Amino acid sequence: MEILQTLEAIWLARTAILDGLWNTIQISFLSILLGTILGIIVGLILTYGNRAARFAIRIYSDFLRGTPVFVLILACFYILSVVGLDLTAFQAGVFALTLFCSSHVGEIVRGALQAIPKGQTEAAKSIGLTFSKTFFSVLLPQALRQILPTWVNTATEIVKASTLLSIIGVVELLLAVQQIISRTYLSLELYFFAGFVFFIINFAIEKAGRYVERKVAIPT
Amino acid sequence: MSQNLLEIQNLHKRFGQLEVLKGIDLTMRQGDVVSLIGSSGSGKTTLLRCVNLLEEYEEGVVAVEGEQIGYKQKGGKRVRLSEKEIARQRAMTGMAFQHFNLFPHMTAVRNVMLGLIKTRGMDKDEAHSIAEKWLERVGMLQRKDHFPGQLSGGQQQRVAIARAIAMNPKLMLFDEVTSALDPELVNEVLAVVLDLAKDGMTMLLVTHEMQFAHDVSNRVIFMQDGRIGEEGPPKELFKKPKSERLAAFLKSSKF
Ligand SMILES: Nc1ncnc2c1ncn2[C@@H]1O[C@H](COP(=O)(O)OP(=O)(O)OP(=O)(O)O)[C@@H](O)[C@H]1O
Ligand SMILES: [Mg+2]
Repeated sequence: MEILQTLEAIWLARTAILDGLWNTIQISFLSILLGTILGIIVGLILTYGNRAARFAIRIYSDFLRGTPVFVLILACFYILSVVGLDLTAFQAGVFALTLFCSSHVGEIVRGALQAIPKGQTEAAKSIGLTFSKTFFSVLLPQALRQILPTWVNTATEIVKASTLLSIIGVVELLLAVQQIISRTYLSLELYFFAGFVFFIINFAIEKAGRYVERKVAIPT
Repeated sequence: MSQNLLEIQNLHKRFGQLEVLKGIDLTMRQGDVVSLIGSSGSGKTTLLRCVNLLEEYEEGVVAVEGEQIGYKQKGGKRVRLSEKEIARQRAMTGMAFQHFNLFPHMTAVRNVMLGLIKTRGMDKDEAHSIAEKWLERVGMLQRKDHFPGQLSGGQQQRVAIARAIAMNPKLMLFDEVTSALDPELVNEVLAVVLDLAKDGMTMLLVTHEMQFAHDVSNRVIFMQDGRIGEEGPPKELFKKPKSERLAAFLKSSKF
């Protein structure tokens, strides 16, 4: 391994790498944020929706979780443009990851909501809370604490899946690095570098997750 | 106006095929303390839960201060009220549960404040001072910043009672508030209930503590297979049970 040569190649391409990294961060952040909001709604419907709504959302969720992310990204990019929805590659990719994220978060949220004892809702009802007040004051705060570890895991999966946006031409970190490889042929070294950066991102997410977990832990 | 505070007429409740309440009639006036006793499965909890519509009922009327709970008559048909209306009606009664059901992610004082803020629309300061007043009343003021997980069962139940009472309900429902407690914690909770009863709080309570039912109530109702088997002032009912069933029940309850 030519360490100095590798470092030099990275340094020379630093703008391209940082642009790629910035794209990766934006894609991941947006997909996780939007996917989580949508996922909470999915979980809510799966838990409290009427039969028809539950059935529809169950199909939505099963379909998305059963489809490779790769296929979802291609579908969002090509099929949506056929039906007249013209998204940029970046937008289509974020859209696909958002859907993917929402289906996973939806299942986690459903599990957490169902695990909350019925007595919680009944106590809230008995002091006159409506369902929406009960949800935001009593159920959601408990469910969010419960899902935190699994949610962090999903978030790291989304960061990794963001590399798949390269297939529709979004220059995220991995594609940026591949472009340098095609010029310098330092494939092993630079792939290792890219892998290391992804590891750092996910490591930071997990650390942050643990920190929040400790912060919001209910004292016993 | 000498209207009944609680009026239950011909109440029927089914769980699928199983008829659990088979025509209950019960009236309570302001300040009444009524105990429901009876063997397991006789429908005591279900009756209580129909009063604040934690259970739907199929037939009959439950009315608090003359207002039917949960339904209205419209063109000869029974129509369920909106969720918002039902939420308002539920706040007319308070309930304490067997398993306390405190919100585990909130401190004692926040548990009591929640309904005051979200249902009664108070600001935080006002809710806080009312919550403190009631926590003091149940002897929990020093622990107001503890979370439920940091409290004993008896302490949790006292906070749960404060949470219900702070809403200033017209009627308090107690469902076996001591039966999940270790024996040495029972008395501290019963003392709180007794104190509230002496203060004139109207209460309907389910209990397996016969001595307590005897001491606290001005009327005791013996439930039997979804019906009222026997009722009367505690002295008569406990001393001279009319039916074999009640006599046997009291004997088995070691009273
Ligand atoms: N959610 C439910 N679904 C089906 N059956 C129920 C339900 N809740 C109660 N029941 C049944 O209704 C009957 C009355 O139950 P309830 O809980 O009112 O009795 P209880 O008098 O409070 O008994 P206990 O002293 O054991 O608390 C029982 O046969 C019970 O199995
Ligand atoms: Mg019961």
